Amino acid sequence: MTPIIATDAATHCADWRLKIEPLNEHEETAIAAQIHHYPQPQAATIEALKIVQQQQGWVSDGKVKAIAQRLKMSPDEVDSVATFYNKIYRQPVGRTVISICDSVSCWIMGYQGLAQAVTQELNIALGETTPDGAITLLPTPCLGACDHAPVAIVDDQLTRQLTPASLILLVRRAQEQT
Amino acid sequence: MTDIQTINQPLSQHIKADGSVTTLAEYQSNYGYQGLTKALSMSPSEVVDWVKNANLRGRGGAGFSAGLKWSFVPPLEKLPGQRYVICNADEMEPGTFKDRWLMEHDPHQLIEGLAIAAYAVQADTAFIFLRADYDLCAERLQHAIDEANAAGLLGEQLNEAGFSLTMLLHTSAGRYICGEETALINSLEGRRAQPRFKPPFPQVSGLFGRPTVVNNTETLCNLPHILYHGIDWFANLGLGDDNGTKIYGVSGRVKNPGCWELPIGTKVADIIAMAGGMQDGVKLRGFLPGGGSTDFLTEEHINLAMDYGTIQHAGSRMGTGTMILLDDQTCVVGMVLNLIQFFAQESCGWCTPCRNGLPFIRQILTDLEAGRGQHEDLEHLLQLCGYIGIGNTFCALAPGAAEPLQSALKYFRDDFVAHIDQACCPHGNSPKPLNGLKKEAIL
Repeated sequence: MTPIIATDAATHCADWRLKIEPLNEHEETAIAAQIHHYPQPQAATIEALKIVQQQQGWVSDGKVKAIAQRLKMSPDEVDSVATFYNKIYRQPVGRTVISICDSVSCWIMGYQGLAQAVTQELNIALGETTPDGAITLLPTPCLGACDHAPVAIVDDQLTRQLTPASLILLVRRAQEQT
Repeated sequence: MTDIQTINQPLSQHIKADGSVTTLAEYQSNYGYQGLTKALSMSPSEVVDWVKNANLRGRGGAGFSAGLKWSFVPPLEKLPGQRYVICNADEMEPGTFKDRWLMEHDPHQLIEGLAIAAYAVQADTAFIFLRADYDLCAERLQHAIDEANAAGLLGEQLNEAGFSLTMLLHTSAGRYICGEETALINSLEGRRAQPRFKPPFPQVSGLFGRPTVVNNTETLCNLPHILYHGIDWFANLGLGDDNGTKIYGVSGRVKNPGCWELPIGTKVADIIAMAGGMQDGVKLRGFLPGGGSTDFLTEEHINLAMDYGTIQHAGSRMGTGTMILLDDQTCVVGMVLNLIQFFAQESCGWCTPCRNGLPFIRQILTDLEAGRGQHEDLEHLLQLCGYIGIGNTFCALAPGAAEPLQSALKYFRDDFVAHIDQACCPHGNSPKPLNGLKKEAIL
């Protein structure tokens, strides 16, 4: 019998002894507007995390503490939410994030060729960031664009009907910009 | 007024080939928001009965009657106070892209439908729970909500009885389980999206402990038309036992993947024909009728009607109605492994059969695909499908994940055996590129 991987546990472990990183004015205003939508401040957790991420690209431990303070939650509660969702990054990411859809329709239409080409081009594995901090490669579950498979999201833009060559072109363009 | 006989594609009638959005003026020029006006002139319970009699079944996959779902909300006299409606726009079922199509092109249709649902259950707040990656939908929906508010179509005092409605767009942060309605409610409350125990059902105690109705995007998009044109018109749209139209989709190695609004009960073969048939040089072997969590059917089933009853009778589910095709150049073991990998990753981790069972299955399939499989693995896989099946798990995620696997073992057992006998994947572990045929040339 082969060994069994029991769980997909997250490897990140937060350190709450770190200092709080106070929310800046923009974050404070945007989060306050979201809290207003709900009867309980906790309901704004995901939006608050997204607001912070939009500003600094990811969500640091210090910012988790700040959000917790603002929403009257414990840092662990906020972190339990942050680590649950695919699109909240608890580690720094590159200036460009490339999310390649690895679900079934894109897989049939050539995902593996894309993944192979792009990991070779950048010399990093999926889930890693280039040493210069330019690009992070992420596999992502079904993007709901199966009629245009295979697809990827590059810098928040959905790119469709990719070939290894067209994806590499996008990667090189992203590298030039950063 | 448009001739009622000509409207046989109500949900997609405003969708333009250039992909541009339907403006409020365009929407209103063709009976837009008149379904809501009609609903507001009726009593809420009349609206519930109207939709119940229309037999509008949930288009998110379960096929439960929308009107019946609403009727479980206690009447306002018995349970006064806040109540909510939520549009489930967390479309994340592998191979499904129909709701994106509806929201990107005609956001007002959804807003009107959601407002009708809110009135029917007397909710004064409605949320659209949108998945994280649908940026264009988010932009267009927010713009449309702002337009509707400015035009007085949403907001305070919408009818003489004083019905008011606040509509809010909530964008998620990405997780498949958010599509389960109680997990969605947890997510909307700012928690981990783990499903809740039922009962109590959300209609009694849902969002923030208040009565809540969650409906799928496509389901809600049907409402303006049902209210405006009536029940008989809606019943006549369907070909078989079910009423209305359905947004069907096809993805995989076809000439023209996409989605189309067709009468519910259209034959599978006719839907595949809409996609231009298979690409040159590939042959159809099977299909998942309605997304990644439905059982495979095969070529012998392509003359079946795509409706809830027929597909269920054949041993699968119509699900979301967006098919994924398996062709003869794609490895079925690899395809199932890909699906199981998705479900293992997206499991919320709450209950043991799902959290541990799916990675276990993934490991066995990985070995099979790599040529390290043994004959007893196949029995073991079937046993595991039972362990994670209905009744053994907290929600439907793991039983759904078992569906493509158990049916692949039934219909394509020879493929699994070939992997074991040849000690490798006969497809070279991956779908082979078509000979010299570039994808761009096809599309």
